[in-house]
Amino acid sequence: MRKLGAVAATGMVLALGLAAWTRQPAPPAQGGGTISGKVKFTGAKPAMPKIDMTEEPKCKAKYQGVPTDETVVVNANGTLANVFVYVKSGLPASYTAPAPAGPVTLDQDGCRYHPHVLGIQVGQTLAIKNSDGILHNIKAKAKANRPFNISQPAVMTSTKTFDKPEVMVALECNVHGWMHAWLGVLPHPFFGVSGGDGSFAIKGLPPGTYTIEAWHEKYGTQTASVTVAGSETKTADFSFAAK
Amino acid sequence: MTERALLLRVTLVVAAGTVPLPAPRSLAAQDTTAGKRVYVKWCAGCHGDAGAGDGAAAASMLPRPRNFTSGLYKIRTTASGQLPTDADLERAIDEGLPGSAMPGWKGRLSQAERRDVRAYIKTFSSFFADTGQHVVPLKFSSPPGGRTSVAALKVGRQFYDSIGCRKCHGDQGRGDGPSAPTLKDDADFPIFAADLHQSWRFRGGGSVEDIYRRLRTGLDGTPMPSFADLIDQKFLTDEELWRLAQYVRSLSPAPPEVRDVVHAPQVPGTVPVSPDDSAWTRVARSWFPLEGQVIHKSRWFAPAVAGVWVQALHDGKTLALRVSWDDRTESPDTAWLKFEQRILETVAGDDSGPGPKAEPWPDQLAVQFPRHLPQGMERPYFLMGATTDPVYQWRWTSRPRRAFAGLARGIERFDTLPGAPAGEATYEHGEWRLVLTRALATPDTANEVQLEAGRAIPMAFFAWDGSSGEHGSRMAVSTWYFLALDRPTPPGVFISPVLAMLVTLGLGLVVVRRAQRRGATRSGG
Repeated sequence: MRKLGAVAATGMVLALGLAAWTRQPAPPAQGGGTISGKVKFTGAKPAMPKIDMTEEPKCKAKYQGVPTDETVVVNANGTLANVFVYVKSGLPASYTAPAPAGPVTLDQDGCRYHPHVLGIQVGQTLAIKNSDGILHNIKAKAKANRPFNISQPAVMTSTKTFDKPEVMVALECNVHGWMHAWLGVLPHPFFGVSGGDGSFAIKGLPPGTYTIEAWHEKYGTQTASVTVAGSETKTADFSFAAK
Repeated sequence: MTERALLLRVTLVVAAGTVPLPAPRSLAAQDTTAGKRVYVKWCAGCHGDAGAGDGAAAASMLPRPRNFTSGLYKIRTTASGQLPTDADLERAIDEGLPGSAMPGWKGRLSQAERRDVRAYIKTFSSFFADTGQHVVPLKFSSPPGGRTSVAALKVGRQFYDSIGCRKCHGDQGRGDGPSAPTLKDDADFPIFAADLHQSWRFRGGGSVEDIYRRLRTGLDGTPMPSFADLIDQKFLTDEELWRLAQYVRSLSPAPPEVRDVVHAPQVPGTVPVSPDDSAWTRVARSWFPLEGQVIHKSRWFAPAVAGVWVQALHDGKTLALRVSWDDRTESPDTAWLKFEQRILETVAGDDSGPGPKAEPWPDQLAVQFPRHLPQGMERPYFLMGATTDPVYQWRWTSRPRRAFAGLARGIERFDTLPGAPAGEATYEHGEWRLVLTRALATPDTANEVQLEAGRAIPMAFFAWDGSSGEHGSRMAVSTWYFLALDRPTPPGVFISPVLAMLVTLGLGLVVVRRAQRRGATRSGG
């Protein structure tokens, strides 16, 4: 019965999210400009420690080999994944962006967070999903926002919101000390995360000159200044070096 | 959060933004200037001048003093991540936080001083001045009946398992779960999962109500989450959460009273040598609290063993002493080596050079006696004697598993004696149970205490948890207590009162008879 309830709740949240997503208008500000680029990685690719999931057979069974820590993920094409790239400053003071109605979902699957790095808008719903069906706790070590630490002992979804911009909020599970995720909370939708090919794109920007920051959990931050006008696409590449 | 709750929240936020709310009471209304004076004098030594939890004494403490700058508090009546209420802060200041270095200030500071300092510590975090923060205590229900019924505890245990308490707190609740050695708090300091068998050391209090509240609110800044969402999501009912609280409470005995003397009754036959002999279930146990060794270098402010339970029996020839204590690890345990290193790095100790390195130390226990029974109250120095006045000790180590005896001449010097007590130990679910036995009388009367019935035998305890980095002077110590070997009660003790009663009854009857007879004679005449 309980499980059914949890599944139903999960379904409802997902359905709501889907509904909101389909209703979501195209990028704001009539097309606008785009900043895209790649995050390169130079130097020796660091070896990430293996994660011993013996204590959690359910999670361990989800992997072919031995899963490794995700602090540094270097892609096959030599680029760096999980870099949070966002507009740090440059938006007009009058600029306001209402929080999208749909949630951003953080999934706990295979005793890892998916995605590992993500962005959300102030006031937007973060749906925290437990697909593993084993005990996870989700601790948000927020500093500008109030933190939280909640428990999810079964397949279920909990929701949270953040009141203030904060780059980045560390999320962690204390039952599984290796589980970390990073959440960027922004008052606007202009952010992206470098993916499996190292690329990112920030779309729908009003004309202006922006300070773009690229943040990585181990390698720190880099900034670039980019001016966009109309609906043009500008490139901003970043490069992080092994330490 | 359900959709309705979300809607309600949105409505509240909107309302807060548009409807003029009454101005929040200015902080200046409470006297933060006076509060600062109190703070500087009594609090800053641990909590630091700027409230960052980094006072002069902080570096050696575990748990660390509260860092007030984040506005993050463990013990609250508010939801996870929310600010505490004034009443929450008042309770912490008045009652202190058991199991930590924070004392209660009710008897030391006036009510005005406590109120002022409470106002002052709130100035360390901007969150308290943020009118967007809604500090609302949760509404707590009352406990359902049937607190100790077997059925109630069974329900509690069922949820203890299903919501994963055992992951950190362990199968039997002694803080020895598989995730325990990886735990850290928000400041990255190592943190222990609470030993649920010592409710009198729970920071927020050990009553069923206190435990229930911690389950609802979580302990902010620690790995302990809030379980409130589970009620909203119908994973468990409020009553079932109460059953869990009752189960957790049932793991601890009543808060022990510390008595000076442990009595060893005399048993017929021979004393039990095994720690799990059923004979021990009929013997009262006494609690002896231990403290960190902070007198000699290297000092140790974070003792892992909070105290020992002691039972004693003798059979006229041999003494059996059963010592049991909670210890998360059967040391040495490689799974805890990293945790040990983190403890040693956190609890810097004192100025005795570079911090010690984690090593696979064993667990150890020592029982200390004087070499000779004193005539008066004169006893050797409690902290392992002195060069000129050594003490006689029994020592036991977990690896190699053995018991031996010797003379300690201060912490640094221990000379093993040929005669040793017999030792038998069991480790199970975070608990050591050890029985040490030795003849009451031994040939080496010069060095080994001769245990005589009817005498007060001074006795003290020392404990080391190897996996917490405890070794040498980094240990937990007790003061002197006493062991008393009881003499068998002579039969006269039981017969005399009965005889006395019979005589009194007989005399009484005689008196009554006489009085009645006299009365009868008078009325007849």
